[in-house]
Amino acid sequence: MTNLALETDHLRKEYNGKVAVKDLTLQVPEGEVFGFLGPNGAGKSTTVKMLLDLARPTSGSVKLFGQSPGDPNVRAKVGFLPEHFRFHEWLRATEFLMFHGKLYGLTAAELQKRIPELLDLVGLADSAQTHLSKFSKGMLQRIGLAQAMLNRPALIFLDEPTSGLDPLGRRLVRDIIRRLKAQGTTVFLNSHFLSEVEITCDRVAFIKAGQVVRLETIADLLNQNTELRLRVDSLNPELRQGLDRLGTEVQIEDSTVSMMVADQENIPKIAQLVYHSGAKLYELRPRQKSLEEIFVDIIEGGRQ
Amino acid sequence: MRMLTITNLTFREAWRKKIFWLALGLGVAFLILFGIGFHFIFMEVTEHSRSAVENTAYANILKNEVSGVFLILGLFAVNFLIVMMSALTSVDSIAGEISSHTIQTIASKPLRRWEIVLGKLLGQTLMLAGYVIFMAGGLILEVYLLTGYQPPNILAGLGLMMLEGLIVFSITTLGGTYFSTLANGVVVFMLYGIAFAGSWVEQIGAALDSETAIQVGIIASLIMPGEAMWRLASDLMQPLLVKKTEMSLVVLFSKPSPAMVVYAGIYSAVLVGLALRQFNRRDL
Repeated sequence: MTNLALETDHLRKEYNGKVAVKDLTLQVPEGEVFGFLGPNGAGKSTTVKMLLDLARPTSGSVKLFGQSPGDPNVRAKVGFLPEHFRFHEWLRATEFLMFHGKLYGLTAAELQKRIPELLDLVGLADSAQTHLSKFSKGMLQRIGLAQAMLNRPALIFLDEPTSGLDPLGRRLVRDIIRRLKAQGTTVFLNSHFLSEVEITCDRVAFIKAGQVVRLETIADLLNQNTELRLRVDSLNPELRQGLDRLGTEVQIEDSTVSMMVADQENIPKIAQLVYHSGAKLYELRPRQKSLEEIFVDIIEGGRQ
Repeated sequence: MRMLTITNLTFREAWRKKIFWLALGLGVAFLILFGIGFHFIFMEVTEHSRSAVENTAYANILKNEVSGVFLILGLFAVNFLIVMMSALTSVDSIAGEISSHTIQTIASKPLRRWEIVLGKLLGQTLMLAGYVIFMAGGLILEVYLLTGYQPPNILAGLGLMMLEGLIVFSITTLGGTYFSTLANGVVVFMLYGIAFAGSWVEQIGAALDSETAIQVGIIASLIMPGEAMWRLASDLMQPLLVKKTEMSLVVLFSKPSPAMVVYAGIYSAVLVGLALRQFNRRDL
């Protein structure tokens, strides 16, 4: 069994009696890119804060690499880009990274090598000596990302890392996440950009009203949510029964059928079924639901 | 040492936000203004005393006393500036980091939360020390160069003025872990107001032999012992004769006891301790 980078056990957080995180139990193995999805106010950022010991749980526990995040030695292995990427704007880009690098315990010599690499990676090499007050929102998010990678973290928390970025910036973040994954870094990603989550994440949790309502690998999630459209010349009762057996939400309109299949292996079976029923098959069109559609289904539909 | 990284950042902030240069530049203006004013007043007084008093020994004593009284008045203004500067530069130090969320990237780093608070406090204290030495020391040096007068107990006096600034820091540090910047400012200035008013009630009460008024003043000093430190400092640096004859504007009818210094030290330490506890357990 692989080691866990992150583990929460019945995590709960209340603010003045108001529940922000209800009951969260999660396990993220090392090396995984984990997507943490949910609507605004679902408790995502509060969870991230508890994972980093910035907020203390009302009950339940958090472990990073088997230890409490309250231990500075554990946090030395962690990188964090907060949702509010607000930094000391009177610092220059290099000074900002130098300051945070020293907080990580890195030496000036190490940082002198590391900082130009990171500025280059996030596309800010030309702004090394610029004050952060002169930075655009997107540039601040990039420098924040560089800050989160100073210590070559084993686990990185990215809370909405692309909220301030243009499409090029988002692509850059996507590439960086891929790169981190290739290096074996565990990535915990909070994002509203579901198309990105779909591309980058291995596994996702959907959180609603402070608890997980669905936890699955991206592959399974997309696979289970295939919409199938077929057009035949005639539908005999036998074929109808067969379709009901192999899929759900079967809707028939004249000679057109739309249905959901939970497993892609059912698609060839449906083709065989049509063939054996003696009907002519004019169209068989599978369409995977996008993560966005799945998100809406899950969040609006509640527990499944 | 990660605490020192925070201290370093505090210096850099004062530098970048031009606080350092503004305090230095306006401090120089203050010293020049005082020097010019003092020079002319001193000339006037010595002219007058030469014609009025035949005995030169007596004239010299008078010069010393006049210098001493003016120096204390100048230091009184500096003391007020120390309180203001200490409050204004520290009131936003923690509260501001929390409300702007800049604290999140710092506190998630591998350092203990107390290192953040103490690192900032150390930076502020060192800057305060520089300010006290520059302003109060500058004033004393100025008077010495113009008249040759040197007040008694300089080190103890400056030390007490510094302690007053530290008391202010301990209040704003604790306040910053609970309140917003503005609310923190209200708390520290109101406490100073209580101490200031209490001090005068105590003085006038002592002059009029009112025990109750003195008690009120002592209670005010216990709530905020800052002003009492200044009263002790001014008493220590007062010219001897003025003290004996009670001829000055700044003479003390009721002097805080030395135990008040010990109390002030404990007061600051307790407040900082409470600040560390609160900052350590609060959500950021």
